[in-house]
Amino acid sequence: MEQITILEGRQKQIFEKKNGVTQPDIACDTSSLSGSVSQRACVFCGSRVVLYPVADAIHLVHGPIGCAAYTWDIRGAVSSGPELHRLSFSTDLQEMDVIYGGEKKLYHSLIELIEQYKPKAAFIYSTCIVGLIGDDIEAVCKKVAKETGIPVLPVHSEGFKGTKKDGYKAACHALMKLIGTGSIDEISKYSINILGEFNLAGEAWIIRKYYEKMGIEVVSTLTGDGRIDAVRRAHGATLNVVQCSGSMTWLAKEMEEKYGIPYIRVSYFGIEDMSKSLYDVAKHFPDRPDIMDAAKQVVSEEVKTLYPSLQKFKKALTGKKAAIYVGGAFKTFSLIKALRSIGMSVVLAGSQTGNKDDYARLKEMCDEGTVIVDDSNPVELSKFILEKEADLLIGGVKERPIAFKLGIGFCDHNHERKIPLAGFIGMYNFALEVYQSVMSPVWQFAPRKGGTL
Amino acid sequence: MLLRHTSKEVKEREGLTINPAKTCQPIGAMYAALGIHGCLPHSHGSQGCCSYHRSTLTRHYKEPVMAATSSFTEGASVFGGQANLLAAIETIFSVYEPDIIAVHSTCLSETIGDDLQQITRKAKDDGKIPEGKYVIFASTPSFIGSHITGYANMVTGIATQFAVSTGVKKHQYNIIAGWMEPSDMREIKRLSKELGVKIVLFPDTSDVLDAPQTGKHVFYPKGGTTVEELKSAGDSLASLALGSISAEPAAIALEKSCKVPFETLDIPIGLSATDRFIMALSKVAGVKVPDEITAERGRLVDVMADMEQYLYGKRVALFGDPDQLLPLTEFLLDLNMKPVHIVSGTPGQRFEKQMRKLLDARSPETNFRNGLQADMFLLHQWMKNEPVDLLIGNTYGKYMARDEDVPFIRFGFPILDRIGHSYFPNVGYSGSLRLVEKLLNALMDRQDRDALEEKFELVM
Repeated sequence: MEQITILEGRQKQIFEKKNGVTQPDIACDTSSLSGSVSQRACVFCGSRVVLYPVADAIHLVHGPIGCAAYTWDIRGAVSSGPELHRLSFSTDLQEMDVIYGGEKKLYHSLIELIEQYKPKAAFIYSTCIVGLIGDDIEAVCKKVAKETGIPVLPVHSEGFKGTKKDGYKAACHALMKLIGTGSIDEISKYSINILGEFNLAGEAWIIRKYYEKMGIEVVSTLTGDGRIDAVRRAHGATLNVVQCSGSMTWLAKEMEEKYGIPYIRVSYFGIEDMSKSLYDVAKHFPDRPDIMDAAKQVVSEEVKTLYPSLQKFKKALTGKKAAIYVGGAFKTFSLIKALRSIGMSVVLAGSQTGNKDDYARLKEMCDEGTVIVDDSNPVELSKFILEKEADLLIGGVKERPIAFKLGIGFCDHNHERKIPLAGFIGMYNFALEVYQSVMSPVWQFAPRKGGTL
Repeated sequence: MLLRHTSKEVKEREGLTINPAKTCQPIGAMYAALGIHGCLPHSHGSQGCCSYHRSTLTRHYKEPVMAATSSFTEGASVFGGQANLLAAIETIFSVYEPDIIAVHSTCLSETIGDDLQQITRKAKDDGKIPEGKYVIFASTPSFIGSHITGYANMVTGIATQFAVSTGVKKHQYNIIAGWMEPSDMREIKRLSKELGVKIVLFPDTSDVLDAPQTGKHVFYPKGGTTVEELKSAGDSLASLALGSISAEPAAIALEKSCKVPFETLDIPIGLSATDRFIMALSKVAGVKVPDEITAERGRLVDVMADMEQYLYGKRVALFGDPDQLLPLTEFLLDLNMKPVHIVSGTPGQRFEKQMRKLLDARSPETNFRNGLQADMFLLHQWMKNEPVDLLIGNTYGKYMARDEDVPFIRFGFPILDRIGHSYFPNVGYSGSLRLVEKLLNALMDRQDRDALEEKFELVM
């Protein structure tokens, strides 16, 4: 690793796994160094992505136009009904508002919006300058809620007040205010909420169906295909199942404290983790062995068709190497397992926002020689990819063109996935996408991996 | 229907913007800075700004977009961002090794009162800027103007902070690019070469945001205007600014600082604007228009005549950015089409007056609005009240096109769902010819789709 220039001050956020050597913990949970070309976003971004899929609420961005413009329908979180979340609302703050305050504008905007769209609730996102000019958005929200009779929830997501994770927390805080306000009569004892599943490409629908086949009632999905009324009833579920742990663990803990609802962490990626996420829920209801039987039935049915269909991909991909750089670390665990199941090894694993425990577990899972990074940048990523001779990069929007320039395959495991990657069918889609990209005929025409044709 | 909520009745709104037809200044500054060779744009603000701009530009170009950020924290917002920026400059030069850092501000750093001029001077005084390297800056508060303003501010920063007047004139001309695509910049260079005029084009994002696949990830691709060229811009005989909103401010600044006279033209989109561009360039440089360019013009006029019957009277709604909308509207009128609704989120009386002048002379009943609340929601309402045959605008127009079931041509920024804009220009005669082809394809595909069987024509 010596030949790689690492940003000074970042050495502690990178290491290469070596067996039989005691290695210090990776440094993480830190803010990025000034001047780095970080792939990370801000607090606002964190709140926006978590709440975005709530489809029958309005999402008003209080700030200059950019924050609303850049987050306008960029996440493929699908709704089965209303699609208010796919519009872009902004107070478009101007210089005069910055000087004299934006409260009046916010108030009028809210009234106009609620009149126009008759939403079930409104989320108001604070952006950087709202935090500076001192608008009392709590007061405005209270006033509008009183006048209109719908919940109007401030989201304290000023961009500079922490990292994306703090934005997740601010979003959960707003959700927490809704939870507990709906009727929980008629909710089955055998019921769950799915937390941190955003219904990208319809994934929540797939997962929901598995649980329903097991006889489990899904009270709400937070926040995929989200509805305000479902959020309000979430406290009636018996168990919380947390899929994207980075964004929703805080909410699960709060709900446990306030409503006594226990939670488990699951992942819907890959055969192993997908199956486990069904069994773990079934285990929670030992008085109903039929639920476990049904879970086994679902798994065996799905695997029976899935497993043979993966062999073609496995045959072609065995021995290929992957690099993973995604938002949350929890996802990397599943990806490592999923890639192994199609014969691929992981040579680089990293995330934007993993915590100490995540990285410790990552270290445990990885093969010797795997590079592990926190909050990486394009220089590091491309150098490690070349050095470790990866054939595939799994990442998000900013990483995609880097992979293609280097002449290796790419899979978007972020907002821009176009097909479901969760569930058993998702594993098939994932393998297909990886196969298509890694084995693409285009690579025979392209200079690859730093070399020439 | 995604936009089923859009009501037909137009009401004045007091504060609210719905579905904006603009975005904020910093992304424009970032785009302009990418048009300098060896330059790393730097966003002086929260991490999210930089990340959003890079993501949007990446989605638009399908290219890696490199930029750094000051990564503001709560502390920086209380005590000022000077320490962050100084640290950033040091880090960037030692790790990413650019020739130039182009710093732009954000709403956050502007509101807390960071003075970029003072901070960059301090960086220089403290020896944080290595010999032969540069830090330039532009103030780009997000609560004023739009992405176009930010672009203009950075281009002005580039012009004033690099160009020097040595007192000895060079036989060359500056062409200051208004907001256009790398493909357009490439075409401007080709046309100038055909004319035999030596130009300094800035900014120039060709070979930066349309880079070839090479097996390597290059932090600083081969394109971009070089420092030497930019310095020499102060000795050029004259400047042509393409776009009164996005390019002229830089030309004015250059006239002030280096006494380079300038002329402002429209971005050469369409026949008339290209005519003016070619004539101005040939006149200012004293060269004759070569036959090849005359032939290119002839081919465009030929197609315009051949196909006029399919374009005549077609009603068009368009939205986008001022310097593109003006020549585009003129071109639609030249094609005998009818611009019915025009919207731009970019505020400014200059643009308003120019567009009004054009419309008053040739299409006085056109609905036109720019600035606050001139958003896609308003445009959609207008389209419901007075339907159109065609919609032209950036990718976000696809919702309206789907909802109203009208053909749609992607034009402007951002285009997130199609390719082509990076590679095929809209400027010049051949670019305009491509535009005509697009117009015709959109309208004629629709005609074919909707035609009754007995009216389904083979020869069109």
